[in-house]
Amino acid sequence: MMDPCAHCEEMMQPYLDHVLTDEEMVEAEAHLAECEKCRRRYRFEESLRVYVRKAADEQMSDELRVKLASLRIPLE
Amino acid sequence: MEAEPEDAQRLATEARDRVRFEEEALALSEQVYRVARHLVGSREEADDLVQEAYARAFRSWRSYQPGTNMRAWLLRILTNINIDRGRRQQRTPQMQPLEANDYYLYDRLAAEDGDGVSDEQRVVERLSQDDIVTALSAVPHDFRDVLVLVDLGDFSYADAAQILDIPVGTVMSRLHRGRRILKRELAEAALEEAP
Repeated sequence: MMDPCAHCEEMMQPYLDHVLTDEEMVEAEAHLAECEKCRRRYRFEESLRVYVRKAADEQMSDELRVKLASLRIPLE
Repeated sequence: MEAEPEDAQRLATEARDRVRFEEEALALSEQVYRVARHLVGSREEADDLVQEAYARAFRSWRSYQPGTNMRAWLLRILTNINIDRGRRQQRTPQMQPLEANDYYLYDRLAAEDGDGVSDEQRVVERLSQDDIVTALSAVPHDFRDVLVLVDLGDFSYADAAQILDIPVGTVMSRLHRGRRILKRELAEAALEEAP
C-alpha cells in the first residue's frame, strides 16, 4: 500500500481546488486530522495561493482605462 | 415606405444592444487586466494586449452570445491575440528534478527556521511581491496561461479549457505542473536572498 503521506500529497492540489469526490475528501481529511506534517503542508499551500494572488494583483492605469473607453464605436 | 420605420427601429435596437455590450465589457476591464498582466512579462505588454483585445471585441460584438460568460469570451480573444503574436515558439522544458515534489518550497523555507514549528503564514510572507511577480513570469507560457487563468483569474478548469481551446485534462496537468514550476522558482528566489 502507498505511503499515506505520499497519497495525501497527491490529493493536495485537487483538495484545495475542491474537485475531490466526497469519498476522497473524507479520506484526505481523515489523514490530515491525524498527521501534523501533512496538515502544515496543506496550510502552507493554501496560504501561498492567497499570497500569490495578493502579490500578483496589479490594477490597470487610468490612462489605459481612458484608452479602452475611447475604443468604443461611435453611434452614427 | 413602411420599411423605413422598421429599419429605424432595427438600427435603434442594435445600437442599444451594442452600447449595452460595450458598457458590460468595459465594466470587466479591471478583471481582464489583472489576468492579462501576468500572461505577459510587463505592464506595457499587458496594456497593449488589453487594448488590442478590446478593439477586436468591440468590432466583433455580434459574435458574443448574451447571457454567456463575457469575461471568458474577452479572455479568449485576448489569449488568441497573445498566441497569434507568435510567442508560442518557446519549447516546453524538460521536467526538472526540483519540480518533482509539491512540498519542496515549504520544506526549503521551513528548514531555514530551524525549529520546524514556524507558522505557515509567516513562512509564506518571507517571499516578497517582487519574488512572486518574477517567479510567475519565469513559468513557461503553456503552464503560465493555465495557472494565471485558474489561480489569479478564478476561472474553472472548464472555462480555462474553453478559453485556451485545450482539453480539461490538459488544463489539470498543466496547472499542476505550472504550480510546481512556480514553487521551484520561488524556492530559488528565497534561497538566493537567504543570508
